[in-house]
Amino acid sequence: MQLVILSGKGGTGKTTIVSSFAYLADQSTIKVDCDVDASNLHLMFNGKDISSSQFSGSKKAIIDSDKCIGCGLCEKACRFDAIIPKDGYYEVMEHRCEGCNACRVVCPADAITLEEEDSGKKIMTVLEDESYLSRASLYPGADGSGKLVSEIRKASLELNKGKNNLIIIDGSPGVGCSVMASITGVEFGLLVTEPTQSGFEDFVRAYELAKHFRIKSYVAINKYDLNEEMADTIERYCDDNGIKVIGRIPYDVVVNKSNFESKPLVMYNDSIAGNEIKNMWNIIKNEMEV
Amino acid sequence: MKIAVLSGKGGTGKTTVSTNLAYMMNFNYVDLDVEEPNGHIFLNPDISETQEVFIPTPVINAEKCTLCGVCANTCQFNALINTGKKILVFEDLCHGCGACSLACPEDAITEYNRKIGDITIGTFAKGKFYSGKMLLQEPMAGPIISDIKKILPVDEDSIIDCSPGTSCNVVKAIDESNYAIMVTEPSKFGLHDLKLAIELVREMKMPLGIIINRSNEYDHLIEDYAASENIPVIGKIPFSKEAAKMYSIGKLLIENEEIKNIFEAIKLSVLKAVKEENHAISHS
Ligand code: SF4
Ligand code: SF4
Repeated sequence: MQLVILSGKGGTGKTTIVSSFAYLADQSTIKVDCDVDASNLHLMFNGKDISSSQFSGSKKAIIDSDKCIGCGLCEKACRFDAIIPKDGYYEVMEHRCEGCNACRVVCPADAITLEEEDSGKKIMTVLEDESYLSRASLYPGADGSGKLVSEIRKASLELNKGKNNLIIIDGSPGVGCSVMASITGVEFGLLVTEPTQSGFEDFVRAYELAKHFRIKSYVAINKYDLNEEMADTIERYCDDNGIKVIGRIPYDVVVNKSNFESKPLVMYNDSIAGNEIKNMWNIIKNEMEV
Repeated sequence: MKIAVLSGKGGTGKTTVSTNLAYMMNFNYVDLDVEEPNGHIFLNPDISETQEVFIPTPVINAEKCTLCGVCANTCQFNALINTGKKILVFEDLCHGCGACSLACPEDAITEYNRKIGDITIGTFAKGKFYSGKMLLQEPMAGPIISDIKKILPVDEDSIIDCSPGTSCNVVKAIDESNYAIMVTEPSKFGLHDLKLAIELVREMKMPLGIIINRSNEYDHLIEDYAASENIPVIGKIPFSKEAAKMYSIGKLLIENEEIKNIFEAIKLSVLKAVKEENHAISHS
C-alpha cells in the first residue's frame, strides 16, 4: 500500500504533515522523500545513513580540442545553444547541454564524447525508531530528477518485497516529471492546499494529475482560517468532484517552533494544528484499512 | 537588467516578491514557473497574445525504415524503441533534440511539432507581462522557458520569477540574469534549501541577496548564515494575518504602506548591487 502526500506547490505545509504522519505511523512503515531537489524529511528525525550510492541523471558532451577541426557542424546541430566557438575550435557550455548526442552524431572528426554526469546521491537512512527512509540528494542544477525519484521509490519497494507494509511518500512539488514519477502506481493520495487563489489553482492542477494516475485522492486545507471564504470555495470544488476533505488545519504559531526545533508538529501537545493532523491520520488510516 | 527571483523550495513567497517588485520597479514581469504560474493572479495583466510552444518530435517513415535501430541507439532518452518490427516513439520522453533524424542512415525520420505548452503575453499596470504554462502530463518545462527567454526584449528591465528548487529548469531560467534574489523563510528547512540554491547561483557567478519572508523571532537562523557567507539580507517581510489575507485574495502586498516601504528599500539595494557589479566588471 502506498500513500503519497502532494501539494501543487511546496510550502503549503506538506512537510509538516508528512513528518507528523511518519512519526505517528508504526515502525514497519517505509518513508520515501521524493523532494530530491531539497530533501527535508530526514532533518526532522535523527537518522543514520546506512548506504549511499552515486547517481547519474544525464550525460554531457565533451569536445576534445586536439581532435576538433573547427568545422562548426556541432554548433549547428545543437538545439540547446550549448556549443560556442572558442579560439578556432568549439566548446560545450555544460549547464546548457542536455547530453542528447546530436553533436556527436554529426562530428566528422570524432572529437566529441558523452560522459556520465555526477548528478547526485541515492541514500537509505534508518531513523530513530528503526524504520527506513529512502531519499536522495540531487546536486544543484543537475538533470534527472524524474529518474532519481523512480530509483528511490524502487529501493522502497524492494525493502517491502514479500511484505505488505505501508509506504508513505513525500511527493515532489509541482506537476512536472518528478511528480509524475512520485505518483505512478500509488493507490492513495493526500493533497495539501492553502486557502489562497494561487493555492487553489495549483491544487486543481495537482488533482487533475492525480486523477489521471487513478489515485484515490483526499484533501487537507492548511491554515484554512486565514481565508475561510476561499476555504469554502475549495471545499465546494471538492464536493462537486467527490473528493473527501479530511482535514481543516488551523493557523498555529506552534508550527514555527516545530520548524525551528525540527521536531514533528504532533509531538507538541498544545498544538491545535498538530491535533487536527492526528485526526487526519486516523481518518486516512481507516480509509486505507491498515 | 534582469533580476531572477529564486527560492530553494516552493511556497516561500517567491511570486510575492517577484510581482510586488516588478510593480514597484516598473519592470516587466516574466513567469518562468511554468509548472504552476501564479503571477497573473496578482498583476491582473491584459493578455494580448498567446503563443503555443512546440517541440519537434520524430515521425518514422515506415517505407524508408530498414529497422537498423541506429536511431534507438542514438537517442539518449529512451524515446525510441526498436521492436524488430517497428520503431516505437514514446513522445513524452522525447527532448526534441533531433539526434535521431541526424543519425538515421536512410533519411527515414521527419519531425512534426508537438504542443507542450503556451506562452501568454500582455501588459500589467507597470510593464509587460510574460507567462509560460506547461500542458498537464507533459514533463518537459525546458523548451517553454527557452522560448520565452528568446522573445524577451533584450534592452528592457525584467523580473524573472523562476520555478522553485534547484533543478536544471532554474538554471535555464536564471542564465544571463544580472542579479539573483533568494527568498527564504526563517526555519531549518528554509536554511537547508537556501544553501542549495546559493550553491547554484554561485556556480553561475551572479551577485545575490536574500529576502526573509514571514520574518519572525527565528530570523537569526538565516542572518547568521548570511553573515558568515558575506551575503546581504536585503529585506525582511514580516508575517501578518493581514498580509496573508491580501495574498490569499490575489492582492499586491505593497498596497500596505509598511510593506511598500520594505520593498522600496529592497529596490534600492538591488539597484545599488547591480551598479557595483557593473562597475567591478568594467574595471577588471
Ligand atoms: S549533447 Fe546535445 S545538447 Fe549537448 S552539446 Fe551536444 S548537441 Fe548540444
Ligand atoms: S529527437 Fe532526440 S529525444 Fe526525440 S526521439 Fe529523437 S533522439 Fe530521442
